[in-house]
Formats: sequence, structure tokens, C-alpha cells
Amino acid sequence: MSATDDATLPRARAELLPALTPLIVAAIAAPLIGSWSTFATLTLAGVAMGMMIFTMASGLTLAFGMMDVLNFGHGAFISLGAYVATLVFLPLAAWSDADSLALNLGVFGLALAAAAIVCGGFGYVFERVLIVPVYGQHLKQILVTIGGSIVAEQLLYALFGPEQILISPPATFQGAFLVGDATIEKYRVVAMVVGFVVFIAQVVVLNRTKIGLLIRAGVENREMVEALGYRIDRLFVGVFMAGSALAGLGGVLWALYQSQVRASMGGELLVLCFIVIIVGGLGSVGGCFTGAILVALIANYAGFLAPKLALVSNILLMVVVLLWRPRGLYPVSGP
Amino acid sequence: MMILSGDAPRGWLLRALLIVVVAALAVAPFLFPGAKALNVAEKICVMALLAASYDLLLGYTGIVSFAHVMFFGIGSYGVALALYGIGPGWGALALGAACALVFAVALALAIGLFSLRVQSIFFAMVTLAVAYAFNVLASQLSDVTGGEDGRSFQIPPMLRPGFKLGEFADLAINGRMLCYYIVFAIGVLLFLTLLRVVNSPFGRVLQAIRENPFRAEALGYRIVFHRTLATCLSAAGAAAAGALNALWLRYVGPDTALSFSIQIDVLVIVVIGGMGSLYGSILGAALFVIAENYLQALIGRLSAGAADLHLPLLPSLLHPDRWLLWLGVMFILAVYFAPTGIVGKLREQGREGP
Repeated sequence: MSATDDATLPRARAELLPALTPLIVAAIAAPLIGSWSTFATLTLAGVAMGMMIFTMASGLTLAFGMMDVLNFGHGAFISLGAYVATLVFLPLAAWSDADSLALNLGVFGLALAAAAIVCGGFGYVFERVLIVPVYGQHLKQILVTIGGSIVAEQLLYALFGPEQILISPPATFQGAFLVGDATIEKYRVVAMVVGFVVFIAQVVVLNRTKIGLLIRAGVENREMVEALGYRIDRLFVGVFMAGSALAGLGGVLWALYQSQVRASMGGELLVLCFIVIIVGGLGSVGGCFTGAILVALIANYAGFLAPKLALVSNILLMVVVLLWRPRGLYPVSGP
Repeated sequence: MMILSGDAPRGWLLRALLIVVVAALAVAPFLFPGAKALNVAEKICVMALLAASYDLLLGYTGIVSFAHVMFFGIGSYGVALALYGIGPGWGALALGAACALVFAVALALAIGLFSLRVQSIFFAMVTLAVAYAFNVLASQLSDVTGGEDGRSFQIPPMLRPGFKLGEFADLAINGRMLCYYIVFAIGVLLFLTLLRVVNSPFGRVLQAIRENPFRAEALGYRIVFHRTLATCLSAAGAAAAGALNALWLRYVGPDTALSFSIQIDVLVIVVIGGMGSLYGSILGAALFVIAENYLQALIGRLSAGAADLHLPLLPSLLHPDRWLLWLGVMFILAVYFAPTGIVGKLREQGREGP
């Protein structure tokens, strides 16, 4: 027949440069830091931190890309996940302290699953009660989700008390390996693995399943997906629940990393999540991953090289990236 | 050109309430002598100004900023550090306030130009991040700002409680009263200025942008310019409110000048008072500050009562520290069911009335 059958569809040119920015940053930082072992430790810590932040931020960016909903209450789900982890870890302290990998993994897995389920469930309620009435109205969305996050944070205080709760990773995950002179904390490796699994799972679901196809289509053009007969609002509830569950997972990982749980941690991490998704490009999962690694690496390097500068390093990074690419590293071609 | 705006409150009940609040504030030192009552009156003035300048952004331009309290803090720290560093004089006060204003406007300009050119939702996120970083900086750079402890400082002798000016109706007029009237007068002046701004052609364009940015742009108005200018004006208003507050408190610290809870308070005041009408910020501020100072004790008593009855969970939910919980609930309800706030409701009523 005609030549159009053979011709492949035109594809968007994949841009490599933004994805390479973390490597470039690492390459610049290496000679400044000097010692190889310090550099390796910092880089690994940065990547682990980045994976955790990515876990929290990816749900936020997908929800925004799809339904134009920016959830300022996302931080509350991070805190909720962390508190759920304490509910699992404190009664099962015997499992966590036991010198057995199986029991340790059991309690860790249980905490992750519980946090994901509880946060997903509350995500459903949050979306149905608070967000549904204000679709398409940015201003009201911001106000309502901020209100929701205030209420949620105060409820956490009322339920769990105002004091921070101490919590430590399972026995097998504590301590560090020594590779040459570089210390590698075991828990960071665990967090990195969990974050990486989350990333791979997202990539597979988004690129290899029908639901993923619909989600990606929804991010590109919501009206067209609706016109083709799909109930995008139902799909969106699913994405929102998944995003809340991911926030909970991130909360568990972060709580164990910091060895403490506070109701205010969600708000602090939300700021980081925002910076990450702005840097990555609103709505883009790949950009969110790159952005998370970049933000965490720079925070770690700056913390070592210039501690005072580290306080504003994230903001400076955001400024530089937006001056270079005003819509973030990987902008989503929205409407 | 009129010096005052022609935007009357409309609605007899609204007018009556406004007159009562403003008149009460104007004679507060004589009507309610006592340190606590005067503190409450001063806080109402400052919060009303802060909320009014925030409403210029939120209600009139339709953009959400989370850095408003940062500009408030810049004003506070500007005055505080100048008086602390140079000494308690009028010159230092003026210098500190002027520097703070310039710095706040410059920072607002930078943030606005930077984040408003893409999407206005960027602005909410960027301001949140910047405000957070600024708060951390202010607590960490303790050599300059006093860190978490903040800075106590002396104000010009004329404004101190020890300064006696005379007597009026058996009441000694002291420096503290003078200080209150400075806060009140500057507050009224700036409020009228803001009222003039939102009712000017510029203010109309802001409202057009709020309603439909594409149409406003199609009509030839430069959206980024207008939004950024609104941001700068609002930042200046917040910085002035911060300077007045620092002058009154004679202290500045992250808790009184930069904490995120002030930002939430301002949001609540504007939303409950009424977005898009500056009068709402006066009523909202009066209601909020009075509730904060007198209602919290009542909630505490309820909490103690619930604890005596051994009810589950209720005591901790009603605890005065959980005050924000109920504020948050009210805030959400207001956004859904009364988006025009108290002023909107009262104006409707005024239209139906005689």
C-alpha cells in the first residue's frame, strides 16, 4: 500500500543531557572533595536520600500531570506513613531486634505494606471528600489541600502525642560495610533498593500495561482520553491512592533513616518534594527521578563543602535549573 | 483622581460592624486599659494590615503565596536589627524600615519574575520553598539574627512605657499609647492606600487576570508585569506590618516573625473575612485575634471537662494546643460554603435589606 505503512511514527527525540546532570554534578564535586572515600560515602548517601525523596514525590507529580491537582496535603501522608511504621515496629520490637534476617525483613515489609495500605485508604477519602468538589479550580485546590494538611497534622498530634517517637531500623540493617575507606551504611543500601524497586515498578506499569498507557495518555491530553470513553476520574482516584501510598512508603523509609517520627516531618519533606518536581518538570516521572537524585546529591555535597550554603543549595539549584529550562528538566507537553 | 477610593463597604450591617471595630481600635487605650487588651488591639491592627496586603494577592489577583510571612519577617528583622545594631533612635528605626522595604520588594520582584512567567501554580510552590529556606537561614545565622532566641532591643525613648506625655480623663498618656497610635495610624493609612490600589484601573486589571488570564492577555495586558507588581506591593505591605509589629513587641524571633503558623493565620483571616474584599481582612482579623486570645481558654475548659468525664480522644482533640485543628476545619468549610467570606454574606444581606 502506501508508504505511510512502513514509515515509523515520528518520535520525540529523547534528550540525554538533563538525565546526565547528576553525573555532571558528581564529576564536578569529586575533585573539590578530594578524598575518594569521602566522595563515595557522600555520593551513596545522596543517591539513597534521592531514592527516598523520589518515592515520596513521584505520586505528587503524576497526580498533577494527570488531573492538574497539586496536593499540598501530600506531606500529611508522609507523616502518616511514618506513624504507621511506629505502630508496626514498636509492638514487634522483638522481631526487629532479633538477629535474624527473615524476622527483620518481615517487620520491615509489614511496616511498608501497612503504611501503603493505610495511606492509600486515606488518600481515597481525601480525594473524594476534599478534592472532588474543586476540580479545575487551582486556587481552591491549594486552599483546600492546605486546610486538609493542617487538619491531618493536628489529628496526628492528637492521636500520637506531640513528642517525637524514636524508632530504629531492624538489627540486620544497622551498621555499615567498609569498602576500602568508604563507609556504606547498610540501611542506605536497603532504602536505595526499595526506592529503585519503586522506580522500576512505576516505569514498568506506566510503559508496559494498559493502565499505564491510559495514565500517560491522561497526562498528555485528558479530554482526548475522556472522549475515547475512559472514565478518567476513576483512573485518577487510583493514581491519587497510589501516590498517597507512595508517600506513606517514603515516610516509613525516611523515619527509619532519621530514627525518629514527628508530625512536622511531612511539611519539611513536602518542601523538598516540591523542589524536586519543579526541577524535574511537573508531571514527569523520569524528571522527578533525575530531580530527586540531583537535589539529594547537591544537598550532600554542599553539606560537606560549604555547610552554610547547604541551607539554600536546593533553592539555588531550582533557580539554576529554571533559568536553563523554565519548565523543568523534562517538561511534559501539556495543553 | 480621587485620593480615597470610592469603594464603600455597602450593606448596613457590614458598615455598622466596620465602624464598631475601627472605632473600638481608635479608642482602645482609653476604652480597655490594661496590657493584654492593648496587645490584642495592636495585634488586630497588624494582622488586618498583613491580611489586607495578602488579599491583594490571594483575593484580587488569584495567586497563592506562602512567602507572605517571610516579607513580614523581613520587616520585623529589618527594624529589629537596625535598632539593635545602631541603637534606639528614630534614624535607626527609619533606616531599618527603609532597608527592609527595599529588600522585601527586591526579593518579591525576583521571585515574581522568576516563577510567575511559567504558571501561577509554580508561584505557590516556589514561595513555599523560599520561605522555608529563609526561615532556616534566620534560625541558623545566629550571629546576625540571634538564631532561635531572637533579639530583644530598645525602641526610641518616646515610645517606652516610662515616657509620660500628660494626662487625659484620669488616664496617664504614656509612650506605650503613643506607640500604639503610631501602629494604628500607619495601619489605617496603608489600608486606605491598598484600598485605593485595588480600586484603581490597575486593580481592575488584576481582577480581570484573576477571572480569566487568557482574556486579559488577549486584551493586551501584560500578565507577568501586573502579577509581579501586585506581588511587590503586597510584599511592601507585609514588610510594613512586620516593622510595626517588631516596634510594638520590642523583640524579634523566628516564632513571632517567620513561623509558618502566622502564614496559616493570615490565610484563615483572609478566607473567613472574605477573599477579594479588603474590608474582610479587618473583620477577619478582629474576629480571629479575639477568638485566639479569649476563645482558646474556653476550649481548654471544655477539654478539661471532657477529661473529667473520661471521654476517649475528646480531651486531646479539644486541647488548646490543637486550636489549629478547629481552625483548619473552619477554613475548609469556609472555602467550600462561603468563598466570599463574612463580607460576601453581609453584602448579600445588605442588598436584600431596605
